[in-house]
Amino acid sequence: MLTEIIFSGFGGQGILFAGKCLAYSAMILGAEISWLPSYGPEMRGGTANCSVCISDEPIGSPLVTEPDILIAMNTPSFDKFEPAVKPEGVIIVDSNMTERKSQRKDINCFYVPAAQIAQENELAGMANIILLGKLIKECPDKLNGVTAETAEKAFRKIIPVSREAMILKNISALTLGMTC
Amino acid sequence: MEKVLMKGNEALGEAAMRAGCKCFFGYPITPQTELSAYLAKHMAKRGGAFLQAESEIAAVNMVLGASSCGVRAMTSSSSPGISLKSEGISYIAGSDLPCVIVNVQRGGPGLGGIQPSQSDYWQATKALGHGDFQLLVYAPASVQETVDMTFKAFDEADRYRMPAMILSDGLLGQMMEPVMFPDIVPDIPEKPWACCGHKNKREHNIINSLYLKPDELENSVLERYKRYDAVKRECTDAEAYLCDDAEIVITAYGASARVAKSAVNAAREKGIKAGLFRPKTLYPYPVNEINEACQSAKTVLSVEMSMGQMVDDVKLALNCRIPVEFFGRTGGIIPTPSEVLEKIESLNERSR
Repeated sequence: MLTEIIFSGFGGQGILFAGKCLAYSAMILGAEISWLPSYGPEMRGGTANCSVCISDEPIGSPLVTEPDILIAMNTPSFDKFEPAVKPEGVIIVDSNMTERKSQRKDINCFYVPAAQIAQENELAGMANIILLGKLIKECPDKLNGVTAETAEKAFRKIIPVSREAMILKNISALTLGMTC
Repeated sequence: MEKVLMKGNEALGEAAMRAGCKCFFGYPITPQTELSAYLAKHMAKRGGAFLQAESEIAAVNMVLGASSCGVRAMTSSSSPGISLKSEGISYIAGSDLPCVIVNVQRGGPGLGGIQPSQSDYWQATKALGHGDFQLLVYAPASVQETVDMTFKAFDEADRYRMPAMILSDGLLGQMMEPVMFPDIVPDIPEKPWACCGHKNKREHNIINSLYLKPDELENSVLERYKRYDAVKRECTDAEAYLCDDAEIVITAYGASARVAKSAVNAAREKGIKAGLFRPKTLYPYPVNEINEACQSAKTVLSVEMSMGQMVDDVKLALNCRIPVEFFGRTGGIIPTPSEVLEKIESLNERSR
């Protein structure tokens, strides 16, 4: 089974990092994966997105145009990608960053006040991982078996040991996401 | 060896070091930058030399110098930067020097854009500079293949004493995939022709591409073309996917082959007998392999991220025996599998 995911938002929100954590988690489990960033001249504050594909077979096009799952961390990316989500698909939105609600009846949309949760728990800037936690909670059958434990392993692969505090913060953010 | 998740560009840099590349000279340009950034970080620590030159032209001529000394050397750039390097590449070819040149293609012409493209096919395979010469051109379609082909490019460049190119693109360079690095100790051949110091124990070597007497120049070119004949016999490589009974064969390389494979799978689900022929070497072009793959084909469709460049080689290789159609997007647009599927469906309708 192939699952295609788009992570999207502003540059600086950790969009590419969240996608990488998911990709790494699935890779640890032996899945075929690809991670493709949008790249361009924009830096912090510009738009950013990445395509993640997870499959049990080799992946063809790594560019996702019709995602099964969309993570949207701002209004422009919610507006841009919402219509492209496949029927029966899932959208997870940071509801602190966009007030709009999806009008589509054929998808499952979750609104998570991720920025606020991050702020309240001294995890500023980790709304991305809170949303990743929510994704792992809501889509257990679409991610080739990725769990909080594999995500934790991925954090430990990606973040250097010297930054243990950062690893722990990511784990806290993920746990918060899994419980909301 | 453990699988790691790496960008194509970074993986290429790692593979180059493992293949025994001791000198890298480059100049920054998107979407190639991660490659030089990776080597800038790691090369000196691992006994190599990394140098950011003052320009692309300087960089490629430094490669010429390093290779003259018998050292495995590499440069990398993206489309406009490769155009700047073309004079030096011609000199390298004319001097019979091995080296690896990486082109992480972006949209053109001119400064073009920075998004992925395949519009440098003609440049890579027909005319990467003036004069009668060719480069070995490898076209990876995944991060793993980028790594494997980097090893191969260094080996074959040394074997045939000619420059080799890895023709990547912005998509393959920027994407991350799981990759494994083979545990290979590079087997670098003796280079008795190299200008590397001899303490007066032999005649001195000369590395040169200037021949003022036409007969001498012709002889040097003829000798080089004998090596190209060997290259054509020995170096072609390709993948044929679901081609055995295919009535429509898609030809595509690199990133567009990834898109085409998805489209072929979708077409098969709809009962259309589609297949994919993917050249892994663009020079030498896998002529025998494509003819074999197209045995049951009624139509061939070349899918490219350009206005149609490889399609010429497809027609030549098939001797215009089968109708060859084209579908492409350009300027940095990556075609979608559904666009390609639509084209396959319309060709299928037409042949009914």
